[in-house]
Amino acid sequence: MRRNVTAYGFLCGALICFAFFSWYPMIWEVVLSFQQTNFVDPPVWVGLENFVTVFEDAAFGPAWKNTVMFTVLALVFGYGVPFVVALVLNELRHARAYLRFVVYLPVMLPPAVGVLLFQWFYEPEYGLFNQVLGFFHLPALDWLNSTDTALISLVVVSTWMNLGTGTLIYLAALQTIPGELYEAAELDGAGILKRIWHVTIPQTKLILLVMLLLQIVATMQVFIEPFLLTGGGPENSTVSVVYLMYQYAFNFGNINGGNALGVMLMIVLMVFSAIYLRVSREDKS
Amino acid sequence: MTRSGYRRTMGLLLATALGLTAAACGSEEKPAGNESKPTAQGSAAGPVSITVNCMPPKTNKAQRATFEEDLAAFQQLNPNIKVEKATDAFPCYEPRTFEAKLAGGQLETVFYVNFPNVGRLMESGQAADITPYVGELKTFKDYNASIEIFKKDGKIYGLPTDGYGMGLVYNREVFTKAGLDPNNPPKTWADVQAAAKKIAALGPGYVGFGEYSGNNVGGWHFTASLYGRGGDVITPDGKKAAFNTPEGKAVLENLRQMRWADNSMGSKLYIDWPALMKAMAGGKMGMMVGAPDVLIGLRNDFQAKFENYAVTSLPEAKALFNGGAGYMINPKATPEQIRAGLKWIEYEFLTPGKGQLDYVRAKGANLTVGQPYPDLYGADTPSGQEVLKLRAENANVDPGQFALWVEGSKGIPAKAEPGPYAQEIYAILDTPMSAVLTRQDADIDKLLADAEAKVNALLEQKG
Repeated sequence: MRRNVTAYGFLCGALICFAFFSWYPMIWEVVLSFQQTNFVDPPVWVGLENFVTVFEDAAFGPAWKNTVMFTVLALVFGYGVPFVVALVLNELRHARAYLRFVVYLPVMLPPAVGVLLFQWFYEPEYGLFNQVLGFFHLPALDWLNSTDTALISLVVVSTWMNLGTGTLIYLAALQTIPGELYEAAELDGAGILKRIWHVTIPQTKLILLVMLLLQIVATMQVFIEPFLLTGGGPENSTVSVVYLMYQYAFNFGNINGGNALGVMLMIVLMVFSAIYLRVSREDKS
Repeated sequence: MTRSGYRRTMGLLLATALGLTAAACGSEEKPAGNESKPTAQGSAAGPVSITVNCMPPKTNKAQRATFEEDLAAFQQLNPNIKVEKATDAFPCYEPRTFEAKLAGGQLETVFYVNFPNVGRLMESGQAADITPYVGELKTFKDYNASIEIFKKDGKIYGLPTDGYGMGLVYNREVFTKAGLDPNNPPKTWADVQAAAKKIAALGPGYVGFGEYSGNNVGGWHFTASLYGRGGDVITPDGKKAAFNTPEGKAVLENLRQMRWADNSMGSKLYIDWPALMKAMAGGKMGMMVGAPDVLIGLRNDFQAKFENYAVTSLPEAKALFNGGAGYMINPKATPEQIRAGLKWIEYEFLTPGKGQLDYVRAKGANLTVGQPYPDLYGADTPSGQEVLKLRAENANVDPGQFALWVEGSKGIPAKAEPGPYAQEIYAILDTPMSAVLTRQDADIDKLLADAEAKVNALLEQKG
């Protein structure tokens, strides 16, 4: 009985925290998205007006397009690169701990510091990247200053900042694969690529799928990179949905419009979350 | 595994919700910032408590000391008024917390606001109507046009305490190095272009002219330059965009020439306010559009070599964008609190020889005196004359650094932000600004036409 009381106590604590810090704000977000309020007079229910307002905003289309593009590109780089790095680290016999530390190092930097570091790297005249290109007699790029390269530049920053976490998760999954499977594959004459294709990927399929869904959910909320590096520019080429949400809530003074955008994004992310939950259940079964 | 994974996903999902709905976690309504019992409207008998903000931070020891001294003196002078709390959060106006504080009953009775946000606060009813009380302020009748910023539909919602028109800030040392006369800065935009070219020719790292292009500050500076050329951002009735004109084109064409034909603007984009200030303070940038307060900002916040900088009037200026800040009163304040709050504003910011206009004390505390702002009163009014006299007598910065701005700006009308949706409009105008600074082939006509359509749609939607 005493054990149960303790357990219920912990459960209540967790439930209260979730209710207060997660569910309550979430419900209020939905409520506010259907209201017009100045926090002085009683709020007025306005139906879908806030949704119409943000839908008609000239930046609405570009924000969604950029967010989807960012997510796709972040998957191409941010999903594949950590897996490859984890594979390499898993194969290494020497300096593995040291390299693991080096790979994880960027995660330890506060995100804002990491982003500002890249601001220097991308500096058009004296930045590291153009210096390197110059060393190889390659033409300098405009990086953040061009509508062609700004978004991909943000993807590079995001990939670099999140590489360590992804790599460690993949590495943990790789280390659970029984060595006998590789030995059997080797005896059957499988080379490294075949071993990856026939052993590694099937054995880590579920974690790969879970990571894919989590990454979609995380990257669709991209904010700090455009906020600090580009201000949504040039020419709206890096405005993301969350950045636009921030603009509505804090720069345009339209918190209800910001909430409407938040609800839209939440609905999209809920689809991916539902898939994630299903995959997780399958994993457990 | 499943449960922890679920929590992680929910955590990600809720991150935005948390930020945006913090404002919803408000408490019940109560008078702004105090527990006192309000008396009947019009009565000033009972004790009243108020809260104020924008106390200088602890790092700014000298200014904080003067503020604290003023708080004590004000309460001694008004024994019925108690300033319960003075907050020193910086920046003084923080849009990210404003509504949360208002909803939660935590917004100060007297709160600071910079001009770009005044229109929106009036439009949304988030500031108290102070019209019935302003007659009690001794210096109110002396205000210059800056008070217009706080008026809407014949009512007054706040008091400006700082104001200045835009000009052209330049680095005298860089001018000298480039063979330009620092005592004879550019008077036309053609002069600016020619000077910028010479400065950029000094070598790597030198930028002739710096300009903003993102985070709404690009649109803000487009507006300042457009006003200077005699243009307008919206029509007088506020219903349509008005910048797709020869003046608007001239602003962008001038930038394009400097950026691409002359290569005198460098290739770095300045997407927020500190970015350009830092570059200017770095000592290799020649010019930027800015008000006299930029010089003090460069000195105090960006450690620039103050004596190297000067400000002159905006080239060919037909109107001056009116920058500045002021104070408004919490819309939940009682009439007694409004009166007490206005008394505080008057004492601290509007009385020549008192509070922040006590130039004798400021000089003694080694604070800068002599810069031509705040520019609050008409030059021929008693308050205006007294402020000018006190300022001149106690100046400890070289008035020469501001003289060309003072002289050149005389008689040029001030012009306010383009309506209550200025920030939304600035966000739209960021696009043409960033386009001409990043694309050599930017089609200015198309950029302005697109921006015009977007602003028209915005204004139509807002009704």
